[in-house]
Amino acid sequence: MSFSSFIVQVLNGLAGASSLFLVAAGLSLIFGVTRIVNFAHGSLYMLGIYVAYSLTESVGGGLGFWPAVLLSAIAVGVLGAVVEVLLLRRIYHAPELFQLLATFALVLVIKDAALWIWGPEELLGPRAPGLAGSVSILGRQFPSYDLFLIVVGPVVLGSLWLLLTRTRWGTLVRAATQDREMVGALGVNQAWLFTAVFALGALLAGLGGALQLPREPANLELDLHTIGAAFVVVVVGGMGSIPGAYVAALLIAELKALCIWLGVVEVFGFTISFSKLTLVVEFLVMAVVLVVRPWGLMGRPQAPSRHAGTVEAPLRPVDNLFKAGAALLLLVLTVLPALTTQTPYVTVLMIDLLIAALFATSLHFIMGPAGMHSFGHAAYFGLGAYAAALLVRSLQLPMELTLVVAPLVAAAGALVVGWFSVRLSGVYLAMLTLAFAQIAWAIVYQWDTVTGGSNGLTGVWPSAWLADKAAYYYLTLVLVILSMLWLKRCLYAPFGYAMRAGRDSPLRADAVGIDVKRMQWVAFVIAGLFAGVAGALFAFSKGSISPESLHVGKSVDGLVMVLLGGLQTLTGGAVGAVTFTWLHDTVARNTEYWKAMLGAIILILVLLFPQGIAGFVRQIIYGKRDEIGGRA
Amino acid sequence: MSLLRVSGLGKSFGGVKAVDGIDFELNAGELLALIGPNGAGKSTTFNMVNGQLRADVGSIRFNGTELVGLKPREIWRLGVGRTFQIAQTFSSLTVVENVQMALISADRKLFSMWRPAASHKRAEALELLAQVGMAGQADRPCSVLAYGDVKRVELAIALANDPKLLLMDEPTAGMAPKERNELMALTKELVVQRNMAVLFTEHSMDVVFAYADRMIVLARGRLIAEGKPNEIRDHPKVQEVYFGSGKTFEKDKMALKVAT
Repeated sequence: MSFSSFIVQVLNGLAGASSLFLVAAGLSLIFGVTRIVNFAHGSLYMLGIYVAYSLTESVGGGLGFWPAVLLSAIAVGVLGAVVEVLLLRRIYHAPELFQLLATFALVLVIKDAALWIWGPEELLGPRAPGLAGSVSILGRQFPSYDLFLIVVGPVVLGSLWLLLTRTRWGTLVRAATQDREMVGALGVNQAWLFTAVFALGALLAGLGGALQLPREPANLELDLHTIGAAFVVVVVGGMGSIPGAYVAALLIAELKALCIWLGVVEVFGFTISFSKLTLVVEFLVMAVVLVVRPWGLMGRPQAPSRHAGTVEAPLRPVDNLFKAGAALLLLVLTVLPALTTQTPYVTVLMIDLLIAALFATSLHFIMGPAGMHSFGHAAYFGLGAYAAALLVRSLQLPMELTLVVAPLVAAAGALVVGWFSVRLSGVYLAMLTLAFAQIAWAIVYQWDTVTGGSNGLTGVWPSAWLADKAAYYYLTLVLVILSMLWLKRCLYAPFGYAMRAGRDSPLRADAVGIDVKRMQWVAFVIAGLFAGVAGALFAFSKGSISPESLHVGKSVDGLVMVLLGGLQTLTGGAVGAVTFTWLHDTVARNTEYWKAMLGAIILILVLLFPQGIAGFVRQIIYGKRDEIGGRA
Repeated sequence: MSLLRVSGLGKSFGGVKAVDGIDFELNAGELLALIGPNGAGKSTTFNMVNGQLRADVGSIRFNGTELVGLKPREIWRLGVGRTFQIAQTFSSLTVVENVQMALISADRKLFSMWRPAASHKRAEALELLAQVGMAGQADRPCSVLAYGDVKRVELAIALANDPKLLLMDEPTAGMAPKERNELMALTKELVVQRNMAVLFTEHSMDVVFAYADRMIVLARGRLIAEGKPNEIRDHPKVQEVYFGSGKTFEKDKMALKVAT
């Protein structure tokens, strides 16, 4: 912990901040103008590294390093433009967050494309010519390339600032960030403005990736890794604010460097491992910033979008057609194990489908009627699962009792997170829930003595009478169906109506005595409770549990399920979950490139059924009645 | 004793005194119009009374209860209903469900998670809708209504907890002349039936002079005149800051005669 090592860490932090900023600036720009939360931004960054690698290494003895970096950035920028024109332009008018689903599909497609082209091995690029050596700083060696990177960040920031404030195009972009409909009304061709912004954002991501080539090997994990960090930077800095993104990148990178420098420290007899904190430091920063300054350090409250998609139709009493369908489905589900004794895998898959359906329905409960887009719902699934495992293993609680207690633990977690989260809305709420989920994940991942760390916990088996898979299937079936029926009942009850009222018009809700924040808080806890039920059922069905169960990937799966099924349809969560899980299972068993297949299927569904699958079916069957608007 | 007593009310934004110490009273069964040119402080005053803005100084007493510092929903529970300048209804609920929502809240049943909301006091909600002439469209989604009808639904929602005071922010903004008169005539009728007080801001002078029992005039955050419509019309200070040449009224004499 000498002074010289401190200086080196500070410089490391500065270099890290530059790369973070390049990605985050593009993401922020794209969100500001198009309102798209571009999940594929990390993938564009990853492509930047890979393309730069190919250009320097493989293409005919190799281009020089610097031309390769520039060409790679341009190539990614062009790809961004193509994606915008071919895909995103078709879904700008789809319901909010729907574009997120499309960009998530792109993540899957790009990942497998990279796997196909470059293979699964890590690829280490060359050193940058002229900057391969290192300089001596207070007796320590510091790579000269990192010094170069330190300069790149402010230079890009300056150029972007000039571009945005000194050119006509920049003025249009800033205007569109404030009010894009008005810019359109003034005769600006929004389509090309959006394409240009998307291309610029992609170019910055590609540049950030390409410049990273001498520092870290290209690998397939970079996409989600980068997007997580970039989201945090954008949210901390304030969505749409470029200087904010730089300040946030600096803050986070320096805090990380500080944690590494501090290492393990004794404070009042406690040993605190700051280096372990690096996994969560950005999420801690984000949580603190969002609570203190809900719109980020340099951001402003979001202007409400004027086309928030179609208005949800009022709830109708369940009719006989639906009841008959549900009864038939229940009958099939009841006799299924008896019919498939030859293929026991069907029962296992069905348990997975049921658990996924409950998980997605619990997320839909707050996403749809309450309009709270949680990006960290897996936290409560994971809490339920881990609580179940720990209660059975450490406290030797009977499994049946555990199924009651574990969801309560998940609900308690949701009670704490919800208290913070309901203060925010929109993307900021999404990001805060993500931050808390990430913190929960990091704790589980690192707390080896209790949670088993990255290995998780094993030997989590149900009681003897449920040892048979068919028996466990029936238990799952009963619990899942009772849970879903109660959630549905709740949505038709005053509480569900009040949630919708608070979402439709917070002003009117407040003016008729509804405490919207409190309703949302209670809804959040209920959703956490049922995610916990799903988690506990999951733990006992697998016999083991790993940190994967509360990873951000699981949260995203939940989002995809809800959006795929249809946000505005009560059965959306369940339909989406079953479709997604079944597709995942089927596709994964049949091809090595299952991610790309899954991505392509999601893209097709997105383009064909912008209301989700359940929403589409509903429109086919009930479309006429909803249009006329009378009670049929 | 008056129903609403506002005294020494003030609010500043930065260095600007938007409302600068105003006093007025409102009695049950009275329609009081709050008028003034743009930037006079009408909306600020209005929003302090309904709880959306917190007053810097002064007091607002409703039935003896101090309103300053209360949240809009708490003020509503005391019996103050309101409508918005741009009508606010719940677009994903049907017309009757919009009214039922307010009834559910009035009955403190918001956290009920079992009995279906659609059956809660449906008859009572239909009765309220009948009063505003919207019973025929009770089961249509609120999102498909014409704007004038949405305003009527909003009025029915505002009446759901049987308010003693109704706050209406530019009730006729964005409506056609015929609709305006219908809505205000309806309001007047409800005031008489229920012995309710109404405080409303309004830009359209024909509405104000035809329906207000009394009016207060704001200019630059201060109350410059108060009185019956014909007193206000002849008030020299009002003509000076607000009406300019006074020609604005020529065409409204007809409407005035009809109303009085």
